[in-house]
Amino acid sequence: MSASQAIDIEKQEGSRKVLLSIDDLHVWFELRRFGFGHAGYVKAVDGVSFDVHESETIAVVGESGCGKSSLMKAILGLHKPTDGSIVFEDKDLSKLDEKGMHWYHSHVVGYVQQDPYGALPPFMNIQKILEEPLIVGGIKDKEERLQRIHKSMEEVKLTPASDFLQKYPHMLSGGQQQRVVIARAMIMGPRFLVADEPVSMLDASVRVEILKLLRGLQETHNLSVIYITHDLSTVSYFSERIFVMYAGNLIEKAKVRQVLDNPLHPYTVALLTGTSEPDSKNAETFKELPPGEPPSLVNPPTGCRFHPRCSKAMMGICDVKSPPDFEPEPGHLVACWLYE
Amino acid sequence: MYNPMTQNQKLLRIEDLVLYFNSLQGPVQAVDGVDFALDSNRAVVILGESGCGKSSLAKAILRLLPRNAGTYSGHIYLDGRDIMALNEEEFRQNIRWAAISMVPQAAMNALNPVIRVGDQVAEPAIVHLGVDKAEAITLVKKMFQHVGVPEDFISRYPFELSGGMRQRVAIAMALVTSPNLIILDEPTSALDVLTQANIFNVLKRLKKELGISFILITHDIATSSELADDVAVMYAGQIVEVSDAHRFFSGPQHPYSKKLLASVPRLHGDQEPEFITGRPPSLINLPKGCRFADRCPARFEKCTEEPPMVETDGRKVKCWLYS
Repeated sequence: MSASQAIDIEKQEGSRKVLLSIDDLHVWFELRRFGFGHAGYVKAVDGVSFDVHESETIAVVGESGCGKSSLMKAILGLHKPTDGSIVFEDKDLSKLDEKGMHWYHSHVVGYVQQDPYGALPPFMNIQKILEEPLIVGGIKDKEERLQRIHKSMEEVKLTPASDFLQKYPHMLSGGQQQRVVIARAMIMGPRFLVADEPVSMLDASVRVEILKLLRGLQETHNLSVIYITHDLSTVSYFSERIFVMYAGNLIEKAKVRQVLDNPLHPYTVALLTGTSEPDSKNAETFKELPPGEPPSLVNPPTGCRFHPRCSKAMMGICDVKSPPDFEPEPGHLVACWLYE
Repeated sequence: MYNPMTQNQKLLRIEDLVLYFNSLQGPVQAVDGVDFALDSNRAVVILGESGCGKSSLAKAILRLLPRNAGTYSGHIYLDGRDIMALNEEEFRQNIRWAAISMVPQAAMNALNPVIRVGDQVAEPAIVHLGVDKAEAITLVKKMFQHVGVPEDFISRYPFELSGGMRQRVAIAMALVTSPNLIILDEPTSALDVLTQANIFNVLKRLKKELGISFILITHDIATSSELADDVAVMYAGQIVEVSDAHRFFSGPQHPYSKKLLASVPRLHGDQEPEFITGRPPSLINLPKGCRFADRCPARFEKCTEEPPMVETDGRKVKCWLYS
């Protein structure tokens, strides 16, 4: 039996190991007034829990201001949790010392940034850009570094590598730059990737190519991927489970097909309504969308944070108490009083 | 500004528009003989990937030429009058922002950070309509109502507004002089999905209630269908297909258009999206013959010659397969 067949069976049995466990995570930032005096907190991540299994891709979907960037930075070890925990295998991230954090950054997690134009230093050529993580990660032998660079260029299909290695980022197209960002994230052989809007700065026609590349890499290397995006149309090609985030909370968690075919939370329904597909009938209809904008994370609304914009809000319940997770169908969790 | 006498004419007719830029390696043939027309109260989308020349087309229409502009020729008939023949001052006073205005790419980030948004939206009215400040602010209030910005935002600075609100302000700025035509260059590319959908609702309402025409320039095929009545596909400086939106989205003709539509990820698609191999040609070293030939699955021997624009039943396609 081949390795991929074994993985498939394991997937079906749901017996994959938990790689990353996030438990009641809170990431709050203190607001200071004029440099002194406490003025409240920006509650960017306010009680988030989920597990990421081996070789699994999960999508965290949400709009600007929902806290997904802060969640991502906490997972990357760049913010210390205010409360709750992030555990990789059996190691609690907040308990790692400097050496531990260095190991985590070099060997465990790879980061694919959103803006390739901004993520690649313009004064380094591609070879130097790819060599940097190897040097920092402690690969002392120059020959070995070059070998790894060539291998990673092949994996992201930037071949022949010699055509690209001496070039500078501005000489490459957006899609090629993003491939370099991915190569850089993968080059030390991480256990999981955090991809923050990896294709939203690219032309619509190039996005699929890059996502397919990521999917191929994920399968070859048994990698887990946390895919952060606001674009639902790409999620079904590249994720198994979706977590929808709003104002610091995860309001719906399910398998991709469950969410796309049967969205439960009114906000998820709104996101799907707002996603366009190429259809000339669109020009004749207005989309029905929730009024207003996502709330401030300093003073979020009481009870369910979506209730001021929700057409189905039940006053007396939704504005008073924050809903727990309900499970109206197996594996499909939703934080909404409609499903009590 | 709208003249009912010219109602039967096309609002805009572009003939053989050319704009090349000078560079050390030779002329960049960004807009290379573009023809298309637009009726009143309709929206056409110029669809194309990065580097096809679509933003340059917008600059060519509004005569916003950079210093290294080289060849610039052709005809632009607005309500039957060739505006290419106007001198600089006439163009500035009567056309730019008066008859045709623009929301450029990343306009929401181009707002002046130290001037209140109300004053910024008032500026075109003061300059082009010659009204005084008080009257201009009245116009601003009306425009804010059209685009859905609360009136009290007039005294705010850009940093106090969200991205979506700033984009609405940029649209208000393009509206305030009551132009007949607004050019939008990637109006929603940096915005979240619900904000994007809201902006398109605003544009649809403006089209319906104010009778404005739009040229929408974008690479985003999915959102383009939200506004488009007509579609023009641009590739390597040329228009390769023109069609009404209905027939385009259900059955594009040009091989490039087909590949573009097939590359869009879908919510409920079970079909794997394909991608287009290779890259568009450099606008400096353009290949002879059909510019899409080296990436085209249907290419044959004739494609080494420049293909003609074939017109059938109100649709146009620049491809030997249809001649």
